[in-house]
Amino acid sequence: MSNVSSLPENLKPEAINPNSLSRDIPGRGAFPKISYVRYALLSLFTVLGFIAAIAVNRLFPQIANVQIEPYQIGKSLSIDINDLYVLALSGVILLYTAIAVFSFSDADRRKKFERRMPFRFAIGLVLGLWEVLGTKLLLLPQPFFPGPARILEPFLMEPGYILQQILYSLRLFSYGFVFGVTAGVLTGILIGWFPKVYYWVNPVLKISGVIPAVAWMPFALTLFPTPFSAAIFLITICQWFTIASLTAQGIQSTPKVHFEVAKTLGAKTPYLVFRVAIPHAMPQIFTGISIANGFTFTTLVMVEMMGQPGGLGYYINASKVWSAYYKVFAAIFIMAILFSLILRAVGFVESRVLRWQKGLVKS
Amino acid sequence: MSEQVLHDTDSVVLKINAVSRTYIDDEDKTVEALRDISLSVRRGEFLSVIGSSGCGKTTLLRLIAGLDVPESGELILNGEKIKDPAPQRGYVFQQGSLFPWLTVEKNIASGLKARGVYKDNKAEVARYVELIGLKGFEKSFPHQISGGMAQRVAIARALINNPAVLLLDEPMGALDSFTRADIQDKLLELWKTNKTTMLLVTHDVDEAIYLSDRIVIMTPRPGEIKEIIEVKLPHPRHRGGTEFLSIRRDILEKLHLASAAPQPEYAI
Repeated sequence: MSNVSSLPENLKPEAINPNSLSRDIPGRGAFPKISYVRYALLSLFTVLGFIAAIAVNRLFPQIANVQIEPYQIGKSLSIDINDLYVLALSGVILLYTAIAVFSFSDADRRKKFERRMPFRFAIGLVLGLWEVLGTKLLLLPQPFFPGPARILEPFLMEPGYILQQILYSLRLFSYGFVFGVTAGVLTGILIGWFPKVYYWVNPVLKISGVIPAVAWMPFALTLFPTPFSAAIFLITICQWFTIASLTAQGIQSTPKVHFEVAKTLGAKTPYLVFRVAIPHAMPQIFTGISIANGFTFTTLVMVEMMGQPGGLGYYINASKVWSAYYKVFAAIFIMAILFSLILRAVGFVESRVLRWQKGLVKS
Repeated sequence: MSEQVLHDTDSVVLKINAVSRTYIDDEDKTVEALRDISLSVRRGEFLSVIGSSGCGKTTLLRLIAGLDVPESGELILNGEKIKDPAPQRGYVFQQGSLFPWLTVEKNIASGLKARGVYKDNKAEVARYVELIGLKGFEKSFPHQISGGMAQRVAIARALINNPAVLLLDEPMGALDSFTRADIQDKLLELWKTNKTTMLLVTHDVDEAIYLSDRIVIMTPRPGEIKEIIEVKLPHPRHRGGTEFLSIRRDILEKLHLASAAPQPEYAI
């Protein structure tokens, strides 16, 4: 870097190191030394709630008359819901222990771990209390509020069937997502780019955008050949309108100077659309996808409850008919995990695509 | 450059013939941004246009770039009438013109990509990164580098297309004086190596004298050329030199900035 030496001091690469800009990790030695005893206690309290929950399950007498059946797994293994529950809690304890060990070497992670300790401790206590009230004493109204162990029963009873419902929901979502995002981004580009399209389509989009997708259900069920395609249609329009209007906004808000720069560099219309307007609209497109996903989860469960031969919504509905509320809870539990995973995945793609925004906007 | 070269038509890269441009301002008043401007820009020279804000100097630059059209008159670059923006007239904007979603490297490459000639000229990008002294910052995004670095990238992005004339619209206007001096030197260096004709719009008198072969002084409302001053000092120029200061005084007087009491006809 010979020609760098002619620069003023504040412009030298040493002064602003590109690597240090991406993520500033304070030096490990620079932080005050954490006491081992304190950290061990922190870790202990993190898992203590769950240990208490196991203790409640194993030691608290089963006062109420609850029938707990064993399930045969394979040839020799026979476990009941309490075994599975303890197994699950042990898994959680192991996971948190691993996190504790993993976080120890990094000051940031250590802080995060410390901050989360009280909440994790409380989860365990709540599980214990719930078990006492729900299963051990049967003080909660039954069958509406089964204990935590009972909620795991469907996973012993019919794991394959549950997996089938999960896959059905995922399939519906995926089709709707792909069609919706594609249609949404395409319409958004057209509306954002061509004033004529904006004039004619935008009002329609605005009005139809506020209508909940499920309101179209009667039409969808009559007009589409199968319930599956009808559901895809409803999920698609959920994504479509939201993403389209946000994409259009993103494209319209592109600063004029970016277009002028591109033109003076020799760019023609395709470059202006695909290399200037769309990259500029990307953050808005992802905002649209996030908002649309919220609507989509609602719509997905609604359509499954009202007219699908499968899916988690269907599973809830079918279980409700038999008053099997523990299955309803199980389905809700799965949804919570499944939908968060989907949001996480979208968030991951977003953070990669919008890498250029890191440090530019408040996250 | 001698007087003879001035009259040689081959040495004129850009010819501006009696160009006028008016626009309507926010209060529905007609403003004469440019009136009857005629100017010949010589091949390879560094020409500055100086004047107070509102004298139409940016309008003139936008007309040359093809981002705006004149009401009357015509602009001719290398014998061809200017109608649209084109890469042979590179343009460097005041600030914030880098694409924020592209890295330094890709911003520079966007000049080639916009023309669809990136594949054959990949090596040029690395050469320009080196030329503007931003090695090690190729993968940085615009918000991660300083304003001065960003303007150097903007200059490289326009120069990589080998323009016949590089239009600079107050590119150092928003920078602190240290960074500004640094970019001025960088610009001179690029001018000497690339032999590109430079057309700089500025309101900084020192900057104009430091860089230019000729300085066009403009007066506002209507925007007209008042005088063209030749600067015949050798490079590198000394900002505190006697000749430098005398040219400076001369220009300031012509801009009616030197006298403490403003002349009545220019008091607004």
